[in-house]
Amino acid sequence: MADPTIPILDMRAVSKTYAAGGRRTEALREADLTVSRGEFVCLLGASGCGKSTLLRVAAGFEAPSSGEALMWGKPIAGPGPSRGMVFQDYGLFPWLTVRDNIGFGPKARGRPAAEVREVAERYIALVGLQAFADAYPHQLSGGMKQRVAIARVLANEAEVVLMDEPFGALDAMTRERLQDELLDLWSRTSLTILFVTHAIEEAIFLADRIVMMSPGPGRIEAVHDVDLKRRRDVSSPAFNDLRRMLAAQLHSHHAPRAAA
Amino acid sequence: MSTGIEAGALPVTATPATGYRADRTRPGLAHLRRLALACVVPAALAAVWQFTTAGRPYSLIPPPAEVWAELQDLAVGGVNDDAFSGTLWTHLAASLGRVYGGFALAAAAALPLGLLIGRVPVIRALFDPVLQVLRPVPVTAWLPLAMILFGLGPRSAFFLVFLGAFYPILVNTVFGVRSVEPRLFEAAAMLGCTGPAQFVRVVLPAALPSIFTGLRLGLGFAWVVIVVGEMTGVQTGLGAIIMEARQLSRTEIVICGMAVIGVAGFVSDWLVMQLGRRLLAWSPNHG
Repeated sequence: MADPTIPILDMRAVSKTYAAGGRRTEALREADLTVSRGEFVCLLGASGCGKSTLLRVAAGFEAPSSGEALMWGKPIAGPGPSRGMVFQDYGLFPWLTVRDNIGFGPKARGRPAAEVREVAERYIALVGLQAFADAYPHQLSGGMKQRVAIARVLANEAEVVLMDEPFGALDAMTRERLQDELLDLWSRTSLTILFVTHAIEEAIFLADRIVMMSPGPGRIEAVHDVDLKRRRDVSSPAFNDLRRMLAAQLHSHHAPRAAA
Repeated sequence: MSTGIEAGALPVTATPATGYRADRTRPGLAHLRRLALACVVPAALAAVWQFTTAGRPYSLIPPPAEVWAELQDLAVGGVNDDAFSGTLWTHLAASLGRVYGGFALAAAAALPLGLLIGRVPVIRALFDPVLQVLRPVPVTAWLPLAMILFGLGPRSAFFLVFLGAFYPILVNTVFGVRSVEPRLFEAAAMLGCTGPAQFVRVVLPAALPSIFTGLRLGLGFAWVVIVVGEMTGVQTGLGAIIMEARQLSRTEIVICGMAVIGVAGFVSDWLVMQLGRRLLAWSPNHG
């Protein structure tokens, strides 16, 4: 681990332009974002605002067209275990059991078999899937799959967890439970979480800081600190004030631009 | 398709397939019924065969009883005691060796090549056009060339079986590799598995269902081309015995050879299926 004064993630004027079939699409324009160790940051915005692009740049799946993406002050050269990704569609390996999915990272990095097993068991227990250790992904519910996806990233000693609308495909009750579980995990560890969502309520419930993004081209519009005490009461007046304010901001991106 | 087990609803290991259970409720009865249905068509065909051939001395096709007697003679001797008596096992062993040998060689060549063609653009650009042009050429058309290249005898037979099995394995492997969800490569990469290691940890297992279909088809084709393969002047083999019996107008032996190939092909396919069930237990569409 590096100098604590250096941010764990540092995006400097990151732009991303895709060229497809002679057309250039500007997905992200000059995004600046620093994330400190242990922070929970939500990227919030409508589709096309570049929030997933920014996350994928941080993951190393995309290289910035211009600007710099740094982790602990060093350029991010590609995907790696220090930045674990949780996908909305899970991305579990269907041919591996829950245990082997969770042990995939340590095994791929050449850890001894006994250690892989021990680590897998520990993280299976952490996400409460002991009874399903030998089940295959197709035998699990969506919520359980996402628990496996989270456990697999943690078992691999990720310092940063990048989450791309991870609960978007789940039903409301499962989503709420997983939000609680995620916060619980986060508070017990030194994890840094960068979490993409289009749901205002989810962002307020989870984040230390909400990065509001807007489309056409995708860019960072505003950053809000969330000072509400945890566990946050979604029906409290303060929560609602913030929700109203963010909703107004989010919707203001839409109307005038669509007309223009 | 997913069974979607909720937490705590089931103790441990969930059974894989649904629909499996329907057969399980009364296994004996369902099994019997299936067996009975499977026998209807063969019995009808046998009856037609019997009525059209039995008691007609000038029939070119021997009646079932004669073929049955010949089959026993081929297997253990004691009926005709001619040059063919008791030789079945030698021929069967020779054919099995060529089928599985050619098949194994085809798998050994087609699997790595298919993985590379599916995954590495340069390799695909190099090999794909050639293979697409060669693929429609029937194995029988290779026969003369095979005999020039490999001479008369078992090596040509081996080569032809190899060719027959090669393309189905290759095509299905390439297809399997190309249909791997891109997400899985991203997942592997962010977990620290990159580059060639992905072949073993991601590409191969993800493509396995499709590869398996290819292996099954390939083995089937190996049995199909065995007769052609053994027309290259080999002394033993089920194809060889069929060709020899044909020249001697021993049609009952020809039919015996056909029947043995059918049964052997069926059994070997069944074995591959069993293997597939074990290896693909994870897949909701297999197992």
